[in-house]
Amino acid sequence: MTLIAADEVAEQKGGGGKDPQPTKAIEGRAPLQLAWARLRKDKVSLACLGVIVLLVLVAIFANQLTDLIGHPPNEQYRDEGLQPNGLPVAPSSFFWLGGDEVGRDVLSRIIHGARVSLLVGVVATAFAVLIGVTIGTMAGYFGGVIDTFLSRTMDVFLSFPFLLFAISLVAVKGASLRISIFVIAFFIWANVGRIVRGQVLSIREKEYVEAARSLGASDLRIMVVDVIPNLVAPVIVYSTLLIPTAIVFEATLSFLGLGVPIPTPTWGNMIATSQSTYLQAPWYLLFPSLALFITTLAFNLLGDGLRDALDPRAARVLARK
Amino acid sequence: MTAAQPEVDHAGRDVNTQAGDVLLKVEGAKKYFPIKQGIIFQKEVARVHAVDGVDLEVRSGETLGLVGETGCGKSTLARLIAGLYPMTAGTVSFDGSDITNLSRKKMRPFRRDIQMIFQDPYGSLNPRRRVGSIIGDPFDIHGVADGAERKKRVQELMEVVGLNPEHFNRFPAEFSGGQRQRIGVARALALRPKLIICDEPVSALDVSIQAQVINLLDDLQNEFGLTYIFIAHDLSVVRHVSDRVAVMYLGKIMETGPVDDLYGLPRHPYTNALLSAVPIPDPDRADSRERIILRGDVPSPVNPPTGCPFHPRCPKAQDICVQEMPPLEPVFVDPPTHRTACHFPVPEGEDISQCTPGIDQSGTGPLVGADLSAITTGS
Repeated sequence: MTLIAADEVAEQKGGGGKDPQPTKAIEGRAPLQLAWARLRKDKVSLACLGVIVLLVLVAIFANQLTDLIGHPPNEQYRDEGLQPNGLPVAPSSFFWLGGDEVGRDVLSRIIHGARVSLLVGVVATAFAVLIGVTIGTMAGYFGGVIDTFLSRTMDVFLSFPFLLFAISLVAVKGASLRISIFVIAFFIWANVGRIVRGQVLSIREKEYVEAARSLGASDLRIMVVDVIPNLVAPVIVYSTLLIPTAIVFEATLSFLGLGVPIPTPTWGNMIATSQSTYLQAPWYLLFPSLALFITTLAFNLLGDGLRDALDPRAARVLARK
Repeated sequence: MTAAQPEVDHAGRDVNTQAGDVLLKVEGAKKYFPIKQGIIFQKEVARVHAVDGVDLEVRSGETLGLVGETGCGKSTLARLIAGLYPMTAGTVSFDGSDITNLSRKKMRPFRRDIQMIFQDPYGSLNPRRRVGSIIGDPFDIHGVADGAERKKRVQELMEVVGLNPEHFNRFPAEFSGGQRQRIGVARALALRPKLIICDEPVSALDVSIQAQVINLLDDLQNEFGLTYIFIAHDLSVVRHVSDRVAVMYLGKIMETGPVDDLYGLPRHPYTNALLSAVPIPDPDRADSRERIILRGDVPSPVNPPTGCPFHPRCPKAQDICVQEMPPLEPVFVDPPTHRTACHFPVPEGEDISQCTPGIDQSGTGPLVGADLSAITTGS
């Protein structure tokens, strides 16, 4: 099996597209490196990326930050944090973003709320992508009965009424962080699955998949080596857009009292409790809502930017939903 | 190919002793693709008769050219031989063993001996993988070599096909069409196969690059004693590379023979029509030549015509052509290697553009002058 006299053969074929001089090794740039180079030119996406990195840092160092401020998120300051008539205090040098209905620091609670939001958003999306890519790839690659079965399963998942399901599950299992993540992943994986299935349907007809089959590659190898790497771009884009969806879902659950149990601060339960006093204390409603809004917007804009960077041929107009 | 062309005596046997064995034998190959309708319960409503009873023999060391119009089943036949599609009927035997519809596992050892080169150099290489790992795939899949050994072999292969071995870390997008096709050739060559099926390997390339790739294939055949099945719709390319040629029409072989016999004395009216559409690079000769212009389009393979599939367009068609498919056999004084499936083969010197069919062909459509020239120029 050795290729004898490879050098002579190459010499006989002079001028067949080969450089005669030894050129210095040029490192090929991976498609993702190229996408990163394009993304770096997109100011909006870079700004959003900055916001997200900042948010992640805030979530990671939430304890240190609140220590710095000096107000733990669950500490109730009944003297300084409440007006004599029992209403929350306005933003001041003591509470930068004001206080809530029992005299806690809104800023500290927003900082800790970022933890829950990002944790649920990222972990639920990660689970959804894992399940969605696996099921979607199998459905698209194998086709036939397997595809029919898996696609109908995805349809069933997409047609569940989200809130009804969440309420009844929480009623049975009790509210917790884990249940929130489970419920959200449970509801969004089928979206990923559908998109992946569609992509795989076109990828599996490519000649390189046929080439791999003619070499004797197994189905698993083709899926892992040839199919899934080509899903990277759409999956990255779609998961960036799913994270804010998951964050909003989490806020919805918390708002309804079905999310992370109190007193753990989340943006959703802050918005919910602020309802009773928003005329007197608008800051209490405004700042958690703003945090949610900025986070969602940053992820969505970054997702759009990533889509443009990863697939420069798709027109911007078409790329926007 | 010209350099490797074995000398053939009149019994059709190679004078060259070791190069005469039958490497691949296809008998009665059929592939029908079902057309299904229905959302949940799918019902087969029709079948595409892609390959409809093909007998073929390839001897080791030779190049068999397979020509025909787009959609005549050439590529499907190639994929049947490579075991990429299950066959509806018929058998394929390779090197004496039956490889018809083998399971994946049992097919694996044969995959090392039968490799394919694909038409589209852009589609046949995974854009997300580096060239080194694409060419190294065969070693990986068959567990032949890994680590530094694989890299060394990949670089050897790149050198053999005329690529700079330094470029093994690049992505396919960084190569030109011709270089990409060389990558495909290197991948096919990796396991030192006996048979390489070239599915229109040059039709997606520029003419100048076509010559380079064809010469490369030619050199490799001499170097490694390869056998080729060369599919193309460019008749001049096929003439250049092939030792024997088979002409396909609607899933059937119409005529087969040594390249010089077939191009020199085409017997089947379809072969005549195809050859008359080859452009001649001399305007004076081109003007004086009689073009044979066929009626209408290729009929749908969903509902192929009865009898000889060419009868609705054939200028020599008679009643028997509607009823009976003629056998593929030598006609007139042709040697046994030159076989034609026609009830009314064309004798030497006959101008079939003057013939009038003996059956009603009014359902076939009008005379379309451009239909064959488009395919023979390879555009």
